[in-house]
Amino acid sequence: MTLLLAAENASRLVRLSTVDLVIIVFYFALVLTIGFYLKRFATTGEDFFMAGREMTAWVAGLAFVSANLGSLELLGWAGSAYQYGILAAHWYWIGAIPAMLFLGLVMMPFYYISKTHSVPGYLQLRYGTAASGLSAVTFAIMTILMSGVNMYAMAVVMKVVLGWNLNFSIFVSSITVAIYVAAGGLFSAIFNEVLQFFLIWSGALLIPILGLIETGGWKGMVSRIQQNFPGQDFTHMWSNLGHFQDNPMGMHWTGIVFGLGAVQAMGYWTTDFLVVQRVLSAKDIRSAKMAPIIGSFFKMAVPLIVILPGLLGLAVLPMHLVPASQLQPGQFSYNEVLPLMLARYCGPGLLGLGITALVAGFMAGMAGNVSAFATVWTYDLYRPYIRKTAPDAHYVSMGRWCTLIGVFISIGTAYLAMGFASIMDYVQALFGFFIAPLFGTVLLGMLWKRVTNAAGFWGLLAGTLTSIGIFTAMKMDHRWVGVFALSPHAQGLAQDMYQSLWSCTTCVIVTVLVTLVTRPRPDGELKGLVYSLTDVAQEERVGLLRRPLFWGGAALLGLIVLQVIFW
Amino acid sequence: MSEKHHIIPVWFFVGVLFLVYGVLILCSGLAEWLHPPNTVLAELHAPVWWGGLLIALGGTYCAMFRPGRSKS
Repeated sequence: MTLLLAAENASRLVRLSTVDLVIIVFYFALVLTIGFYLKRFATTGEDFFMAGREMTAWVAGLAFVSANLGSLELLGWAGSAYQYGILAAHWYWIGAIPAMLFLGLVMMPFYYISKTHSVPGYLQLRYGTAASGLSAVTFAIMTILMSGVNMYAMAVVMKVVLGWNLNFSIFVSSITVAIYVAAGGLFSAIFNEVLQFFLIWSGALLIPILGLIETGGWKGMVSRIQQNFPGQDFTHMWSNLGHFQDNPMGMHWTGIVFGLGAVQAMGYWTTDFLVVQRVLSAKDIRSAKMAPIIGSFFKMAVPLIVILPGLLGLAVLPMHLVPASQLQPGQFSYNEVLPLMLARYCGPGLLGLGITALVAGFMAGMAGNVSAFATVWTYDLYRPYIRKTAPDAHYVSMGRWCTLIGVFISIGTAYLAMGFASIMDYVQALFGFFIAPLFGTVLLGMLWKRVTNAAGFWGLLAGTLTSIGIFTAMKMDHRWVGVFALSPHAQGLAQDMYQSLWSCTTCVIVTVLVTLVTRPRPDGELKGLVYSLTDVAQEERVGLLRRPLFWGGAALLGLIVLQVIFW
Repeated sequence: MSEKHHIIPVWFFVGVLFLVYGVLILCSGLAEWLHPPNTVLAELHAPVWWGGLLIALGGTYCAMFRPGRSKS
């Protein structure tokens, strides 16, 4: 093992000691042990795909946040913080918290009461097979692509930082994920996501602590950034969003509020089955409502270990990092800021802990993708289109095989990603393709009983095609950026936000227009699926501190306070 | 966590992970006390206090959520 790990590259950043390797190997051994231990409990479809619907609010909430905390997320957003400054924190705050609260307080009751096993499953009940099939296919493609890109991102970092062989990193990590998810299903995925959540915090929290000690606190850090990058504003969130050219992202506040907060975040956190599946595993409706609210508090804290290290990198790193596409020998890219900061402060032991946190982030991200893929394939594609009636055990077996196959397809997409120098830029665009229009379709379906099956399908299709069309136009001719993103100064992330906004708007307009010319479904068929026809069970009389609404309000207050502090 | 299946709580596994990592990191910090690694702020001996913190957290979790402990 040690020999394999030490398939070294002369240009590596750090050298691992024996204790670091023991820490990494112990993590792999523990997740496999947990997988095999949980295999005995994942015997029925409900157990394997929904973790028996018996998770507490805390476990479901942590898994909900953790499934989104993959290595791509950690490395990518730390890199974005170095590139764009604290503006990147918008993706954790306004770009997550309101959407998580909306999921918990408004949408979760519909998902939960309908007893659906997936988001395409809800569309099947609400709109029929056409919209559901389209959503299932696009989701399956997206999860596999995301899983592969995530895998590639981790392998590249392991190569640059540790000199590990690219193939070795990809195969060992992904086969481990395949084994434990195939064994324990969603039980395994959720257990390891919770484990990974704690591991990431324990491995990454020392960076901001030591970084702030080195810079003399927040003010010292800001002062050093201003010295290193004179004339640029990296430490304000809103005051520099009045004009596209006033901030490093080329972003306008409308892009953040409407593109990110109202569309992309709402779409991702409320309709991306990868995260929603974790909440559906909750043991009762109160837990299902509380899980995203609990998750929102942790999500609000994540910038401490992701965004702050990127800002500290601007302040303390002796070299200037560059975009991956402009990398020269001896230079480092934005995405390497987190490992660079890790190497700056962490010696033997702590370094192993930090590297394990990155590997764990990748594995949890991948486990989330493949477990969601297995569920959607088995329940939303295989069962309705290929084999309608089969014993429950057959579908569990299909889920297990599908997990293995999903991992191997992901490995293929990881190698495909190597052929595209700028594939990382396209990840947000992928969300824009598939998630932004889906949000419009799901939300209209939940809130307006008049929406018809045909409208759901055509709205979703029109939104997806609009998103792909805008993306292609902006990549092929920069003049379109000024049209669709409202300014030629808009950078990649800003373009993605407006792409999502137009995509969702198109979806809503087409859905409304088609609804007006088609026949609605009878009310009796929509009970439990639409707001006006559903008796959302009133909460049992519990104390204030046990009410989801109270904690939702507290999270919202926390969000507002953070915006004011970093205005 | 699980009423139907009587699964060992995930918090116990978190405790085991922290406890083992805490011991490894603390020992590594003590071993390098006189010859700290070539990292920034090595004089603060972060592995020692961070390892100690992980041991305290891990030990608490293991004790609170150990298999067979009845719910209060």
